[in-house]
Amino acid sequence: MTCQESARLLPGYFDSELDLVHTLEVEDHLRTCAACGAVLEGDRALRTTIARSNLRYAAPPTVVRNVRAAVANAFPRETRTRRWTWEWSFAAAALLFLSVITWKVLPVKTPANTAVLADEAIADHIRALMPGHLSDVESTDQHTVKPWFDGKLDFAPPVENFTAQGFPLIGGRLDYLDHHPAAALVYQRRKHFISVFLLPATGEADRAESHETQLGYNVISWKKSAMNYWLVSDLNPTELEELAKLLRGEN
Amino acid sequence: MDAAYNLARWLVRNPHDAEDLAQEAMTRAIKFFSGFRGGDPRAWLLTIVRNTCFTWLSRNHAKDLAEFDEETHSPGANPIAINAPGISSHGNQSSNPAPADPETMAIAEAEGARVRRALGELPVIFREAVVMRELEGMSYKEIADVTEVSIGTVMSRLARGRDRLRALLVESVRMNPERQGEPIP
Repeated sequence: MTCQESARLLPGYFDSELDLVHTLEVEDHLRTCAACGAVLEGDRALRTTIARSNLRYAAPPTVVRNVRAAVANAFPRETRTRRWTWEWSFAAAALLFLSVITWKVLPVKTPANTAVLADEAIADHIRALMPGHLSDVESTDQHTVKPWFDGKLDFAPPVENFTAQGFPLIGGRLDYLDHHPAAALVYQRRKHFISVFLLPATGEADRAESHETQLGYNVISWKKSAMNYWLVSDLNPTELEELAKLLRGEN
Repeated sequence: MDAAYNLARWLVRNPHDAEDLAQEAMTRAIKFFSGFRGGDPRAWLLTIVRNTCFTWLSRNHAKDLAEFDEETHSPGANPIAINAPGISSHGNQSSNPAPADPETMAIAEAEGARVRRALGELPVIFREAVVMRELEGMSYKEIADVTEVSIGTVMSRLARGRDRLRALLVESVRMNPERQGEPIP
């Protein structure tokens, strides 16, 4: 970064208004440039001096009194009440309308919180992809992975290996989804990793499969036999669907 | 209410007109309250205060606003700050100039009355930016909304306002280094 760029961004840096990238760039520049550092010091001294100098004027009592009187005049008690009632009934109507929309329209395709959970599942998956987080137990053997979850979860997740079908099991890890501890199984397809989140479902009937795509990740989820399944991967939807079918025992 | 008065007071620079204008602006805000379309109520009120004051300035102190145009359109209009010796002389020093910087020392030690006068001398668009940022603690976004310019412009106005303020303070201390002993209003 040149001094010219830095000089342009320095006030933003000083006021903590820059985004992270620019903040770091300015900090980098400040490490080597004494001139820009001096400007920053000058700004700091100026701020302290201004703060110390009591430059802010308070509204004189006459102004306060007159404005209060004007407010009282403009909104006499009854009018104010009626106004509020009207605004509140409007807000209530809008809220009712919204809830009807959410309740009536959305659940036909996906329950309202699927998108939120898909988001969460993707975040878990991305974090897992960061080096060293992918699996807590590394094994292609389902008989190693399954017992590993014993005592770590209050349910026994079904674990199967699909190496023959092109989805080798890589390992498993503990994760957290929808406010519950979840088992995460890791499968691989070529270079793509797939996280399969398993967590027990509460009550209600089974839920058919739903698909989401966010941030370039595909998510397939369903509920079967009191178990919620969440598949997250950057693998294409068609192949991900294959794994979904294998997990449901449909092939 | 203090924010409204404070802004008016710094824009018109005298207590009587500020009182009238702040009151006029707030009365107007109350009257047109139905025109308020959500958002930050303080920014909305300050926008009205600012418009009221600018209208008044254009009628009574048109030269304040003329100076404002010149300042906006000529980027090099700030020779004092750019050539301030305290800044340029550090160009070839390698490290840690700040603590010993005489300019910074002068600024840090300037008394209230001096600071008040220097801020009053700033061109109005720089003055209002500094007042909103340093006295009212507003964000760039809020200042941009009130003054109806981009956030980038807010940033550059603040930079030049502060440069200028620093230079004025340094100059004031240099011209008259004795403590003036006058009470801080």
